[in-house]
Amino acid sequence: MFTAIFGAFESGIIYAIMALGVYLSFRVLDFPDLTVDGSFVTGAAVAATMIVSGANPFLATVTALFAGFIAGCLTGIIHTFGKINALLSGILMMIALYSINLRIMGKSNVPLLNTETAITHVRDFWDKTGIDSFFNAILSMIGLGDSLPRTWGIILFMLVVTLAIKFLTDRFLQTEIGLALRATGDNKRMIRSLSANTNMMVILGLGLSNAMVAFSGALIAQQGGFADVGMGIGMIIIGLASVIIGEALFGTKTIARTTLAVIGGAIIYRIVVTMALRVEFLEPGDMKLITATIVILALIMPKIIDRTKEKKRKAKRLAGSMNISELPSGRKGEAGAAIKSDS
Amino acid sequence: MLQLNQIHKVFNEGTPDEKIALDTINLTLNEGDFVTVIGSNGAGKSTLMNIISGVMIPDVGSVFIDSQNVTGMSEYNRAKLIGRVFQDPMAGTAPSMTIEENLAMAYSRNKTRTLRKGVTKKRRDYFREVLETLHLGLENRLNAKVGLLSGGERQALSLLMATFTEPSILLLDEHTAALDPARAELITNLTKEIVQKYNLTTLMVTHNMQQALDLGNRLIMMDKGQIILEVDDGQKQHLTIEQLLNEFQRIRGTKMASDRALLS
Repeated sequence: MFTAIFGAFESGIIYAIMALGVYLSFRVLDFPDLTVDGSFVTGAAVAATMIVSGANPFLATVTALFAGFIAGCLTGIIHTFGKINALLSGILMMIALYSINLRIMGKSNVPLLNTETAITHVRDFWDKTGIDSFFNAILSMIGLGDSLPRTWGIILFMLVVTLAIKFLTDRFLQTEIGLALRATGDNKRMIRSLSANTNMMVILGLGLSNAMVAFSGALIAQQGGFADVGMGIGMIIIGLASVIIGEALFGTKTIARTTLAVIGGAIIYRIVVTMALRVEFLEPGDMKLITATIVILALIMPKIIDRTKEKKRKAKRLAGSMNISELPSGRKGEAGAAIKSDS
Repeated sequence: MLQLNQIHKVFNEGTPDEKIALDTINLTLNEGDFVTVIGSNGAGKSTLMNIISGVMIPDVGSVFIDSQNVTGMSEYNRAKLIGRVFQDPMAGTAPSMTIEENLAMAYSRNKTRTLRKGVTKKRRDYFREVLETLHLGLENRLNAKVGLLSGGERQALSLLMATFTEPSILLLDEHTAALDPARAELITNLTKEIVQKYNLTTLMVTHNMQQALDLGNRLIMMDKGQIILEVDDGQKQHLTIEQLLNEFQRIRGTKMASDRALLS
C-alpha cells in the first residue's frame, strides 16, 4: 500500500511539470491546448531515441524540452496566423505529432530497460551517498519498514527539478513579457492597445507550455523505462484534473500559490488514481474513465457547493429581514426590497 | 501631430448592406489640440477612432502621427504612440491582475518589453505617486485585483494608464458614457486635469453635447461619414447646444436623429 503511494508520489511530481505546462496554456493564456497529448509523447520519443543511440541522458532530456517548445509554437502559429480555432489547431497539431512521434522512434515502442537514463544516474549517485539507509531507518522506527520506496533519491531530485521550474515560471510571469502574456489571456484588446503583440504572446506561451509538457514526458519515459506512441492519450485531461484539483484544494490567491497548488493537484491526482485502481473490480484500462469522472466531479462540485452556500445565505438573510419587519415602519420598505432583490 | 488625409472606408462593399463609414475625411490636430467629436449613431465616429488606432485599415487615404506615416502599421506597433480609453470600463484593464501590474503593463507601452521585473520598487513608488493624482485612494490598494474595483475606479485607472506615459495622441471613445452621472463627472474632470497637465493632443468622441462644449479647444460634428461642421478655438467658447442643433438642421435639413445626443 505505502509502496504504491510512494510510487504515485514520485510520478506525481514528474507529472506536475506537465500540469504546470497545462496551467500556463489553459489558465494563464486561456487557451485549451490539446497539443499536450502529442507533445508529451514527442518529449518521451526524443529522449528515448537519443538515449538508446548513446547520447547523454541529461542532454536528451533538454533536447526533448526544445522539441516540445517547437511543437507548441507551431500550434500557436496555426492558431494566430492561420486564424484557426484554438481547439481545432491543438487537435490538428496533436494528430500531426502522432506521425512525427512514430517517425522519431521508428517504431511504436522504445524500451529503456537496462539503459543508462537520467533516472538511473541519479539513483546510482544517490546510492553512493548512503542517505537512503538513514531515511529508511526513520521509517522503520515508525513501523513502515516493509513499504519503503526503491530510493529516496529520485523523489528528492524530482522535487528539486519541479520546484525549480515552478520558481522560474513564477518569476517569468512577473517580468514585463510575463505580464503581457498574462494580459493576453485576460484582456487581449487592452494589452494590444498597450503595444503588446498578442500573436507573439500566444505563440510564446504555447511554446513554453509544451516545452514543460515534453520535458515531463521525457522524464516519465525514463522513469517508466519505455516510450510509447500511445502514452500521451488523455494527457490534457490529466493535466486539467491536476490544475482543477490543485486550485480547488489549495487556492489561487497569487501566482506562486497557484503554481504550488497545481503541483499539489498533480500529486494528489496520482495518489487518487493509485487508490482507485486498488479497488477490486477496476482494471488498469479503466484509468481514463476514472480520470474523466474526477475532472467532471471537480468541475461540477464547486458549483454545487456555491449554490448550497448561496441558498443558505439567502435563507439567513430572509430570516433576518423578517425580524426587521417588526421594526418601526420606516425600515419595512428596505426589508421588502432586500427580499425582492433576492428572488 | 495627427494628420488624416482623404480617409475613405466602406463596409460590406458590393453587398446590399454596403455602408460608407467614412467619406473623404481630412483632419489635422496640432500639438496640444483637444478636439471633441459629436454626431449621431452611425456617423462614423468609432470608425474614425479605429482607423487612427490601427484596428482598421482605411480603403483609401493615409494617417500620419508625428509626421510618420502609420497607415499600414499594425495596431500594437502604433500603440506605442497612442493612448486609448474605451467606452466599456471593463475593456481598458486586465481584471485578474493587480493595480500595480496593470500600471506596469501601461508603463511598458512605449518601451520594448524585456525579462526584467515588471513591478520594481522604484516603479511602485512612481505608480503610487501617479495614482495619488486620481484622489481615489487607489495608491493604498496597489495589490488589489482590478476586477474588484468599481466601474468608475476602473475607468479612472484606464485613463491614467493611457496617459501617464505621455502618448503623442490620446483617443477617448465615449469614455464616460457607461458611467452614472456622478462618476461621469469625476472622469470628465480628471480628463480635463490630465490632458492639461501633460499637454496631450486629444481626440474625444462623445454623445454628450454639453461635455463636447465644456472640454477641448476645437469641436467637429460628423454625419454619414463626413465632417459637416468644424468649430475652432475662438468660436467654441461661445457655442451653445441649441446653436449646435440648429447648425445641424441648417446643414442637413433634418433634425439630429439621436435622442442620446439631446440629453445632456
